[in-house]
Amino acid sequence: MKKYVVWAGMALGLLASAPGAFADNGPKMMAPHYTYNAKTIIAGAKLFATDCMACHSIKFMRYEFLTNDLGMSKADVHKYIMLPTGSNYKGNMVSAMPTDMAHKWFGLPPPDLSQIVRYKSQNWVYTYLLSFYLDPQRPSGWNNHVFPNVAMPDVLALHSGFVNEQGKVLRAGDESPQQFKEQVSDIVAFLRFVSDPSVVQRHDAGPWVLGLLALFIIFAYFLKKEYWRDVK
Amino acid sequence: MSFKTWFVKRSPLPEMWREHMAEYYAPKNFNIFYYAGSLLLLMVVLQFLSGFLVLAHYIPSVRDAYDSVYGIMYDVHYGWLMQYMHVDGVSLIFVLLYIHMARGMLYGSYRAPRELVWVIGYTIYLAFMAEAFFGYILPYSNLSYWAGTVITSLFKSIPFIGEWVTTLVRGGSGMSGDTLDRFMALHVTVVFMVIVGLIVFHILYLHKVGSNNPDGLEIKANKGPDGHPVDAIPFHPYYSVKDLFGFGVWLFIFAAIIFYAPTVHHIFLERTMSTPANPLKSLPDVTPPWYLSPFYAMLRAIPNKNGGIILMVVAVVFPFILPWLDRNPVISTRYRPITRIMLIIFFANFLMLAYLGEQPPLPKYFILERVGAVIYVAFFILLPFVSKFEPTRTPPARVRFRAH
Repeated sequence: MKKYVVWAGMALGLLASAPGAFADNGPKMMAPHYTYNAKTIIAGAKLFATDCMACHSIKFMRYEFLTNDLGMSKADVHKYIMLPTGSNYKGNMVSAMPTDMAHKWFGLPPPDLSQIVRYKSQNWVYTYLLSFYLDPQRPSGWNNHVFPNVAMPDVLALHSGFVNEQGKVLRAGDESPQQFKEQVSDIVAFLRFVSDPSVVQRHDAGPWVLGLLALFIIFAYFLKKEYWRDVK
Repeated sequence: MSFKTWFVKRSPLPEMWREHMAEYYAPKNFNIFYYAGSLLLLMVVLQFLSGFLVLAHYIPSVRDAYDSVYGIMYDVHYGWLMQYMHVDGVSLIFVLLYIHMARGMLYGSYRAPRELVWVIGYTIYLAFMAEAFFGYILPYSNLSYWAGTVITSLFKSIPFIGEWVTTLVRGGSGMSGDTLDRFMALHVTVVFMVIVGLIVFHILYLHKVGSNNPDGLEIKANKGPDGHPVDAIPFHPYYSVKDLFGFGVWLFIFAAIIFYAPTVHHIFLERTMSTPANPLKSLPDVTPPWYLSPFYAMLRAIPNKNGGIILMVVAVVFPFILPWLDRNPVISTRYRPITRIMLIIFFANFLMLAYLGEQPPLPKYFILERVGAVIYVAFFILLPFVSKFEPTRTPPARVRFRAH
């Protein structure tokens, strides 16, 4: 028995050391604060549709997933998410911005954000959105601590306020810092959902699958015990 | 004539059932490590099923590969289940392979007369490495692109024909749709069939010589009046019900991973798998998946490409000759404390190399990588001498077994 404990300890040691292997370098990452549920995700979806989707697609998502997975009504999807009107409810959530124009305006088209949380981590997305500062050297007028010389301007500046490189607020936004952080957290929650919408189905089915397997384990254990009774 | 007699007369199956299940006598003192073998068989079947399902939706082209893979995740009914089963299954197979091999090394399962069982088994491990490599190129993510570029460039260091071989493997001068075509063909036919065939041989060769056990004793040396070894029990029903219990526990772990932590902290599914291939945007450091990274760490330990490749090839090939390096009459390390300590250092060192292989190429890791490479190679070089002269304890006459 003791040696199994030693082995388990070694295995756990490996697992514990592994996340460090993937740590990001650079500025310190901040973690968003939100409760991960349908309400938060829908709030984030509305903000995303208003503030992000003019440029960024989430091409693997479909509008109907918001109804099927999160229970948002079709009318609400039409009203809050499907801007501009005319897109297909069953279609993919693709930005209306033409790629060649985007190339011209920003130097490169805004990336698709379907997998951004999987790719960069939610802390990265959150910290990135909070790390813009005014920089007259840049063509857009904005720069970012997390992603230096990024092509994207700070589209949320009207809400967060204008900040210079040292963090001094030059002009206050229309939201308090607390309120702004909450809203960015909601967007991050939505993007986390977008990076893996199966989470709803997985967490619905999970307890049943594990419960059935647990039952199976119990039966199999007693079956084994019964057979092995005559092994002396 | 009943159907049963009619069938039995014509079918080899009843005889095979007796030979390999009902009358295959296995030692009764197997411990927890012995579950890994049957679990690997289960996992290969599950990989085949989930692989068949994802293959049915996959398009091997530069333009569509990445989108088709994510199409499975987002649009196919239960596509996420197929995908996560197939992706997490790979890592779990390697977890089991390492447990299975470590168990074989701990209890001397590679020793005479089981040398060929070990050699075939180790070949299966290498085939799994190839299978996993071809597999993670197929989604054509940025990791696929750059890992494929790096790994296929290893062929360039073959003398004289290196360039030609590299072009042949890639199907062109760089990674392209042709690479995806041939890697998919290799992944789903040749390498997979080699694995299945070798597994059949692994089991047949094992059943010819009989299973080893944690005490390393030859159970056939001690037969009862019925002609069967006294310390053995028929595989069916005893080990089949025991493995059924093992299947349950393992599937519970597998399901818990799929349903609640499918990326396992992005160890089983790396972050760079989530961005499409981009030949203009190289990854800051291309690290292989965790199960290949010990060898990658050794490759990096030598600051010269050909030297590093030679060390890596040596490290991969050394375990083949393990059965002939060990010269002690006692088989199990239960009774060989010095070899056991060497093995535990070897395993810990392997885990350390796996960790180092995932780190960015910084000078502070190089020294550790070199120490790790030296320990890895030293184990195989020291073993013939240590095993010849080490003091051993006397193994018991009968296997140690407590009825439970």
